Amino acid sequence: MAYRSAVRNLTYRFDDLKTLLAKATPLRSGDQLAGVAAETAEERVAAQMALADVPLTTFLNEAVIPYETDEITRLIQDTHNTAAFAPISHLTVGDLRNYLLSDEVDTPTLTRLQPGFTPEMVAAVSKLMRNQDLITVSAKCEVVTRFRNTIGLKGRFSTRLQPNHPTDDFRGVAASMVDGLFYGSGDAVIGINPATDHVRTVVRLLDMMDQIRQRFEIPTQTCVLSHITTTLQAIEQGAPVDLMFQSIGGTEAVNASFGIDIALLREGFDATRALQRGTVGQNVMYFETGQGSALSANAHHGVDQQTCEVRAYAVARLFEPLLVNTVVGFIGPEYLYNGKQIIRAGLEDHCCGKLLGLPMGVDICYTNHAEADQDDMDTLLTLLGVAGVNFIMGIPGADDVMLHYQSTSFHDALYLRDLCRLRPAPEFEAWLLRMELMSADGKLMPVTTTHRLLQAAGL
Amino acid sequence: MTPLPDQPDPWIFLQNHTSARIARGRTGHSLPTRALLDFQLDHARARDAVYSELERDELLERLQAVHQPVLLLHSRAENRQQYLQRPDYGRKLAEKSRESLTGFEDLTGFDLCIVIADGLSATAINRHAVTVVSRLGEEVSKLGWSLAPLCLVEQGRVAIGDEIAHALKADMVVVLIGERPGLTSPDSLGAYLTFRPQPGLTDESRNCISNIRPEGFPYEAAVQKLLYLLTEMKARRLSGVQLKDEFDDNLLTP
Repeated sequence: MAYRSAVRNLTYRFDDLKTLLAKATPLRSGDQLAGVAAETAEERVAAQMALADVPLTTFLNEAVIPYETDEITRLIQDTHNTAAFAPISHLTVGDLRNYLLSDEVDTPTLTRLQPGFTPEMVAAVSKLMRNQDLITVSAKCEVVTRFRNTIGLKGRFSTRLQPNHPTDDFRGVAASMVDGLFYGSGDAVIGINPATDHVRTVVRLLDMMDQIRQRFEIPTQTCVLSHITTTLQAIEQGAPVDLMFQSIGGTEAVNASFGIDIALLREGFDATRALQRGTVGQNVMYFETGQGSALSANAHHGVDQQTCEVRAYAVARLFEPLLVNTVVGFIGPEYLYNGKQIIRAGLEDHCCGKLLGLPMGVDICYTNHAEADQDDMDTLLTLLGVAGVNFIMGIPGADDVMLHYQSTSFHDALYLRDLCRLRPAPEFEAWLLRMELMSADGKLMPVTTTHRLLQAAGL
Repeated sequence: MTPLPDQPDPWIFLQNHTSARIARGRTGHSLPTRALLDFQLDHARARDAVYSELERDELLERLQAVHQPVLLLHSRAENRQQYLQRPDYGRKLAEKSRESLTGFEDLTGFDLCIVIADGLSATAINRHAVTVVSRLGEEVSKLGWSLAPLCLVEQGRVAIGDEIAHALKADMVVVLIGERPGLTSPDSLGAYLTFRPQPGLTDESRNCISNIRPEGFPYEAAVQKLLYLLTEMKARRLSGVQLKDEFDDNLLTP
């Protein structure tokens, strides 16, 4: 079906829904690379005007990627909850923006609506929103998940401690872990990206982190971010796997390029749940996503990168994850060219994920070939703090010495806690107090070399 | 007023174990001044590495001493600006380069093709590529494998190796490429390996070794690991996620 919009004497025509969505997307380099972006600024707004008039029911009848060829489209359509959708079934996309921003919509309303949204509906409404709108709507959402602690409560904010080391050296990893814990980081997860996807390395890193966690009774979870097939092997070998990690994308073809499909994710989910390692909950999945991955694998079917990203959240929500992390600026300038585009994308992903009921965190980051720097990260960090992000990364000095990119530091998390009056996950906060790392007013306490955590590094 | 210099954290001795920016201290919740400026300097250097260029003449001369012939090729990306915005151009050979491969292919098939591309840090290639290629070449000749012409590529991305190796009719390809510069490593070399390379393959078909440099994954260990992966690939006739990396690289201390 074609969509039309008249601006002055000119009529713009958009051949189908995916074209309309792509043309309505705020400017970013990835859509230009894919050849799907609006040609002019006026065409973009004309597309937004046409999109605003599209009834939400259209999204149930017109798929952006055919049902027959893509298992994620099948997942979206087959699991759509019509009862949850009923209260908004009469709205257009433009109406939905008005509704979400209205005073009558509060946290419980949004929680009830979650299963009624499809990814494409949510992507569509976000394209009509300014950054301020994305923040306003995000801040109304609350998505709480549990494993050994409680993540995502309002007024709280967590961090993934990311103690990566270029050669997976144990002492190097342990040194960064201790540094992070002293700075109050690690309540979302202590998660290592291994330098090589090597089952023996993965098992030994898991053992090492689990020993430290148990020794100091830290109420958090650990994870080595290896490929799901490697982690499944680690489980077979009896390794202490708290969370199953996997990168996912929004089309069947991009997931094939990652060597996964929904069935394999199900296998990973079942194997991890069966271990029953959570104490306050059993959210066992940790997913990472990021705009541009589908195009990068030539698997986007002409769908814009932000819509592809939100489709990945349909896969994520099937498995009730503990954490979903959009690694927003990692992919490079050919997808998000500069600080402005990265900031916008981070806010979109966070908002769309939350609307779909996901515990969204953001790896606020950039690479050295992007036109961005730490000032841009400060801006996005502050905006996400106001938007109520569930977690961010904590990396020594914001510099990942293994993955070669810049993210947020332990200091950055403290800044947000201070300025936005946010506290760590309650169980972890109690631990920080017990360990005399934090005072009751939320300030870090001075530490001496005799602190018993220093024994953790075995150094 | 008394001076107020940076005060590192008491656990500063842990810095012996990692190049990560640990124990930098804090003033309030913020980074102290010197630590902040150190970061800014490293970022400036990484930015410069992105815009560095291959030392063509010197590389050609030194690579010719390892194996001949050496072919100098160029991707479809004309310059760095275009390279950064059009990765598709960096994955394909320029028309002239494509044509220049004609006559160098081996109809019975080479065992291995080594492609050296600037990627996102020509500095990494300038510093490390010749040593790695030279050691790898020695080991490959001990195994009796036939080696295709060495290919040096300007403005190249990983997938360009597939097109080159396919055109030269090589069974396996190793692409040595400058990785995205990090703050502490503007010169990291990556190696991507593919069995039966052909245009259109994606990352699932490749195996990767990253951070090859003396301060990261040292040359000799990287060469041994490359040989291990290549031998496995050749024996099992596949590469990528299906090829599990069981290489005991002895990097882990018990």
